[in-house]
Amino acid sequence: MRLIDLTIKELWHRKSQLTSGLLAITLGIGVIVGIRTISVVSEKAVAVNLDNLGANILVLPQATSVDNYYSADIDAPTFPESYVEKIVTSTLPGVDNMSPKLSRRVKIGNENIVLTGILPKSEIASKPIWQQNGIQGNKVNASCAPKPGTAPAKYLDPKLQRKGIQDLAESDCFVGSAVAQRLNLKEQGTLTIEKKSFSIVKVLPETGTVDDDRVFANLHTVQKLLATGEQISAIEIMGCCSAISDGLLSKMRNILPDTRITTIGQIVSTQIETNRMMNKISLVFLIIILFVGSISIGNYIWANVNERRKEIGILRMIGYHKRHIYYILVLKALIMGIVGGIAGYIVGTLAAVWLGPQFIGIVVSPIYTLLLLSIGLSIFISVLGSLIPAYMAGKIEPFSNMQED
Amino acid sequence: MLIQINNLTKTYQRHDGAINAVDNLSLDIPKGSYVTITGASGSGKTTLLLILGGLLQPTSGKMKYNAKELDLQKEKDMATFRSNHVGFVMQSFALIPYLTALENISIALNVKENDKDKNRKRALELLEWVGLSDRTTHYPKELSAGQQQRVAIARALANNPDLLLADEPTGNLDPSLSEEILGILKEINQKQGTTVVMVTHSPMAAEYGNTKIQLKNGKLQIIKN
Ligand SMILES: Nc1ncnc2c1ncn2[C@@H]1O[C@H](COP(=O)(O)OP(=O)(O)OP(=O)(O)O)[C@@H](O)[C@H]1O
Ligand SMILES: [Mg+2]
Repeated sequence: MRLIDLTIKELWHRKSQLTSGLLAITLGIGVIVGIRTISVVSEKAVAVNLDNLGANILVLPQATSVDNYYSADIDAPTFPESYVEKIVTSTLPGVDNMSPKLSRRVKIGNENIVLTGILPKSEIASKPIWQQNGIQGNKVNASCAPKPGTAPAKYLDPKLQRKGIQDLAESDCFVGSAVAQRLNLKEQGTLTIEKKSFSIVKVLPETGTVDDDRVFANLHTVQKLLATGEQISAIEIMGCCSAISDGLLSKMRNILPDTRITTIGQIVSTQIETNRMMNKISLVFLIIILFVGSISIGNYIWANVNERRKEIGILRMIGYHKRHIYYILVLKALIMGIVGGIAGYIVGTLAAVWLGPQFIGIVVSPIYTLLLLSIGLSIFISVLGSLIPAYMAGKIEPFSNMQED
Repeated sequence: MLIQINNLTKTYQRHDGAINAVDNLSLDIPKGSYVTITGASGSGKTTLLLILGGLLQPTSGKMKYNAKELDLQKEKDMATFRSNHVGFVMQSFALIPYLTALENISIALNVKENDKDKNRKRALELLEWVGLSDRTTHYPKELSAGQQQRVAIARALANNPDLLLADEPTGNLDPSLSEEILGILKEINQKQGTTVVMVTHSPMAAEYGNTKIQLKNGKLQIIKN
């Protein structure tokens, strides 16, 4: 029988106390792991979303209101289509796949829909969702998603080049899924807008955005149909995240002073905000748990020491030194730290996996590297908590087994 | 002389004033002797025994072990002194409740020797010696009082002490069990030459000693050889 065997036997001997002692640390670590897991996964989801939705910079006329990124271009005032060239010729780094758009609400029968004129060559290439669903076979490798462990994406990287498709024919159109449903439209059918007949090339898959309520046709056809001249209501741009944070927006504002330039981040920022909050909350929790966890483990070990006064006296009587008493108590805390860290990781991960889809609607998978971190943190907390009680236990007199019972 | 103490005093500060539990006491304990200590309750018997065993620091006075002066104020040295030279037997047995008979002994052996198998073998030998080889995996609460005290004696002998200190070892036992335990202690003294110092209330038990001491108010009252 060595002191480590004694420590393990004692832990086992007081199982029920051990359980309650472990509860605090398990829950604490669980909360941190849960929050971290959800926020890491949700950060990834935001990045993927941004990428899937295509453009993330929007150039709008000055007077537009931008309450909703996806519908800001509808019925907005217009500006000349030539602005696209202004941007192209400026050779700003980090800009690609410019997609000029003209959108107007029109009535088809009794249904309100949005007619959007696009230049498909760029428009489609900047919407990977469409491509995934087989409209075009173009490869889109560009991603704004920050990839862990890689240098910030450089926009001029050849991998980031996107290829557009040939122009949408003059009287072809794409129909959003909601429009198709409401007007009972099928592919290969026809659709008449403002007395012009379009043939439906494709019913677009559902995106969950305003795009579902749109009919897309060739920009120049729409301009003619609505008699706007060479005007557009928005330019969608795929900007590289790193370029955006490097001040791309203000450079563009210099080039196009009479426009309003906004990023998806500014408008669809709730999820990003949530993530930022989660990070802050997890930091706050970390600090709280460091304190509360250490104090509660300390309290537990202190109660344990008091209960074991007689036993500690016996060990001292048979010749064990103070340092051996420190050893068995810190060892106990260490074991509890390891067990609490593992249990906390499991509890937190399970909670995240279970709650993630219900609360923020994303599928959460476990992050295995968090296991080591949570064990480390848990050990730190419990060993820290055990130091004072262990020190006090060293003061117990070797003969205290005789003063009692 | 195994132990020589000189002008030993232990003063306790209490709310009603200071009290000398051991009062300027000098005593020689020869190697291989069997000393019994009697005296009224509160006369300082336990206090003296604790000081002899290096468990309690006296307020003043000197103590020599094998003619070598001990630094009584050095906690670390005293712990080493205990593990090397002293075995204790207490009235309340002082066994660790969640360890078996065997483990209670081998945890004491582990102080000096960390070979698990060696310790196990030695613990089994000791248990056999006190007649408990069929109780090795029993926990203290599964043993009778007499059996518990025998485990405690086996543990006290674990590291081959030169000095066995017993504080009312039969205080919790009925007369026939008492005799059995006293017999074992006598045997340890006679066969192994271990010096035994036993505190007792019972005049009958005191007769086992070859030196009989009586304390009164922390002072030696009678010594009989
Ligand atoms: N920790 C302590 N603090 C204060 N006074 C103490 C302490 N321990 C013992 N005393 C006092 O010292 C005196 C001697 O106590 P001790 O325990 O040595 O007596 P004893 O002879 O062993 O008595 P008993 O036969 O009842 O066991 C007593 O008056 C006791 O009250
Ligand atoms: Mg006493």
